[in-house]
Amino acid sequence: MADQTLRAWLLTDTPTSRRHAKLSALYQGWLSFRSNTMAMVGLGILLALVLIAACAPILAPHDPFAQDLGNRLAPLGAERHVFGTDSLGRDILSRLIYGARITLYIVALVALIAPVVGLLVGTVSGYVGGWVDVVLMRITDIFLAFPRLVLALAFVAALGAGIENAVIAISLTAWPPYARIARAETLTIRSSDYISAIKLQGAGGLRIITGHIWPLCISSLIVRVTLDMAGIILAAAGLGFLGLGAQPPSPEWGAMISEGRRFILDHWWVATMPGLAIFTVSLAFNLLGDGLRDVLDPKAGE
Amino acid sequence: MSMVRIDGLDVWFGRARDRVNAVRGAAFDVARGESFGLVGESGSGKSTILRALVGLVPTWSGHISVAGQVLAARRAKAFYKQVQMVFQDPYASLHPRHSVDAVLGETLSLHGFRDIDARVVKLLDDVGLGQRFRFRYPHQLSGGQRQRVAIARALAPEPELLLLDEPTSALDVSVQAEILNLLADLRQEHRLTYLMVSHDLSVVGHMCDRLAVMKEGEVVEIMDVDALRAGHATHPYSQHLLQASV
Amino acid sequence: MTAPLLDIENLWVRFPSRQGVFDAVRGVSFTLGRERLGIVGESGSGKSMTGRAILRLIRPPGQVEADHIKLDGADLLTMSEAQMRAVRGQRISMVMQDPKFSLNPVMTIGAQIIEAYRLHSKASKSEAHAKALEMLEAVSIRNPERVMRAYPHEMSGGMGQRIMIAMMLIPNPEILIADEPTSALDVSVQRQVLDIMDTLVRDRGMGLIFISHDLNLVADFCDRVLIMYAGRVVEVCDADKLHAAQHPYTQGLLNSLPRLDAPRARLDVLQRDPAWSEAASVSGRR
Repeated sequence: MADQTLRAWLLTDTPTSRRHAKLSALYQGWLSFRSNTMAMVGLGILLALVLIAACAPILAPHDPFAQDLGNRLAPLGAERHVFGTDSLGRDILSRLIYGARITLYIVALVALIAPVVGLLVGTVSGYVGGWVDVVLMRITDIFLAFPRLVLALAFVAALGAGIENAVIAISLTAWPPYARIARAETLTIRSSDYISAIKLQGAGGLRIITGHIWPLCISSLIVRVTLDMAGIILAAAGLGFLGLGAQPPSPEWGAMISEGRRFILDHWWVATMPGLAIFTVSLAFNLLGDGLRDVLDPKAGE
Repeated sequence: MSMVRIDGLDVWFGRARDRVNAVRGAAFDVARGESFGLVGESGSGKSTILRALVGLVPTWSGHISVAGQVLAARRAKAFYKQVQMVFQDPYASLHPRHSVDAVLGETLSLHGFRDIDARVVKLLDDVGLGQRFRFRYPHQLSGGQRQRVAIARALAPEPELLLLDEPTSALDVSVQAEILNLLADLRQEHRLTYLMVSHDLSVVGHMCDRLAVMKEGEVVEIMDVDALRAGHATHPYSQHLLQASV
Repeated sequence: MTAPLLDIENLWVRFPSRQGVFDAVRGVSFTLGRERLGIVGESGSGKSMTGRAILRLIRPPGQVEADHIKLDGADLLTMSEAQMRAVRGQRISMVMQDPKFSLNPVMTIGAQIIEAYRLHSKASKSEAHAKALEMLEAVSIRNPERVMRAYPHEMSGGMGQRIMIAMMLIPNPEILIADEPTSALDVSVQRQVLDIMDTLVRDRGMGLIFISHDLNLVADFCDRVLIMYAGRVVEVCDADKLHAAQHPYTQGLLNSLPRLDAPRARLDVLQRDPAWSEAASVSGRR
């Protein structure tokens, strides 16, 4: 009964307070998201990843850095090492669990930097127009013209290897598409009646961009970011693989593949296990992105 | 003294070869407290005059004055306390992610009011919506309710002149009657001056005291509504419009 | 009396939603002979849904149910999708509100008309071309050769709608469904388009279903009118007697219109009676 009334309260068409209206809107979104099974699977995997990263010290059976040269390259299902050990005898499962932290760290940082830069550049460019638009968009074009990994490589080479620099490099190469999307959306929003209406209240450009244009651009950017997340993880892994991202002995998944590459024929699990981890997380982000698109971007769904 | 005076108004879009003259040499006066209609078919430039007046179209020349003040290229903030506009399509004129409360609250705070809560309540009552609608989002409102919100937003700064750009053309006839009655009541209560654009002669005939007929960017005739009702249109185009709409 | 062209019995259109099933059309029955039948109502009354349901153009999750929708005795509801395609356009055509969305923007008008024609008949290219010219002339387009080479964006609203009508009439359908065909047009153009539609429908002895929100227009233009409210038909009457309509809803709609010849200080506001949407649908069968 209490469940019934809460549900009715959340699904009402006549909210009674600001908070009620917000919660109601959120609940409606959650309901349509929940009806998408694949998106829920993606969300589940990602929540599990967050949980694993948070509880790494409890979950990991071994110290990820503890070497045991006597027990190196132990196969899958070996005693005390479910996923086997790598070339220095470190437990692969424990390294994967700790590696989740690094993956999340990279994902979170890139997700904070790239779309925000893109949103800023795109909306300002679209709203202000004129020469500002021309200058900003040509800069965007220049960044877009470079192959992503090559540009990231150049940045890392200039800034030095390391996770933070890898994140910065990836973010710098990731923002131009977001700027493009944000600008295109801004151009259609700019000429709409509700923007004219707020202009007639004497609102300035800053207020219109942040208060009226951003809320409409953000949903499509969030969708795009989740769909790109797989690519970002792979780019980070790629940098790690090339030895330009996380440095050994850090258990970054890409670096782990790079190490395992030498034994790929005889000891395939050393490279395969982190590869599977990257695959699973990338897939989860893609599924989530698809589900979010249905909820946030009604245009694509119709 | 006249509320609006427009003389020799030209409005154009585009530059050089692409230039389209949307309005050519328009001239009319709207007295204080009067309700004045602009009638014409699509593309006649009637909405463009409103947009030039409020500063949404910057490319115009000629004379526009509101309450004796000649308008320059840029509008001062005080101008928008005096002049407000209601748009044609209530589905496009409200921000899809802003609740009614947010729309009215932001408008009030932009105009420097302090007692925002009380004023939002008052505005909603004024347009016949009431408290229940305060926290709804546009998609939870019908077309007529949205237009009421848009009218409340226009009334928020307590303007003297309200520009109405086909305020009922997107609505059903029964809702149109409600909105037209509301506009008539508000005009009386707040002593507003209306400048109303419409393609519907019977709506203008109902709402306005005088009207200007526009064709291809030019004002072809200005007349009293009584003359319109009696069928005393002199210009052949006005007669044609009158015939088509009876 | 001859058998009707179209015979619809107990038509329902349902949309399942989170809050339960929403019935857009509720038990509508009518027949259509060689006449001009108007369907009027406000937005959300189910008038457009009725038109689309006849052609089975309701998108899922929407569902169409009826005892039957018979076209010359054959039930459209039991036809396969392939058979339906042959019906759409060939035997029943539909004209929508905005021609801009119905015409392909990157094809010339001539190419589109010719394609539409050749889809239904095995005419040669030159034959189709001649037919297209003839049709454009029939809808009073002054310079058909030039219009054939033009793209949709070069046309005004009135021209576009006339072209749509021409296109829909080429296969010589038995029934034309016009869904607010003139609402996007100016008054003076409106009359022209209606006159053209009227002549064509009369000359060919077609049945016309004219869906509109404009009571006066329908009263002028149609023979018989169904008035819809909340998915139901509340009243059926002859168009010339519409102004003497009995149902309070119809009267309310008529009284809420401002009139030039009868000035009033206030317009009458429609008082909606919940009983209207509960009452059974009135049959429009003859």
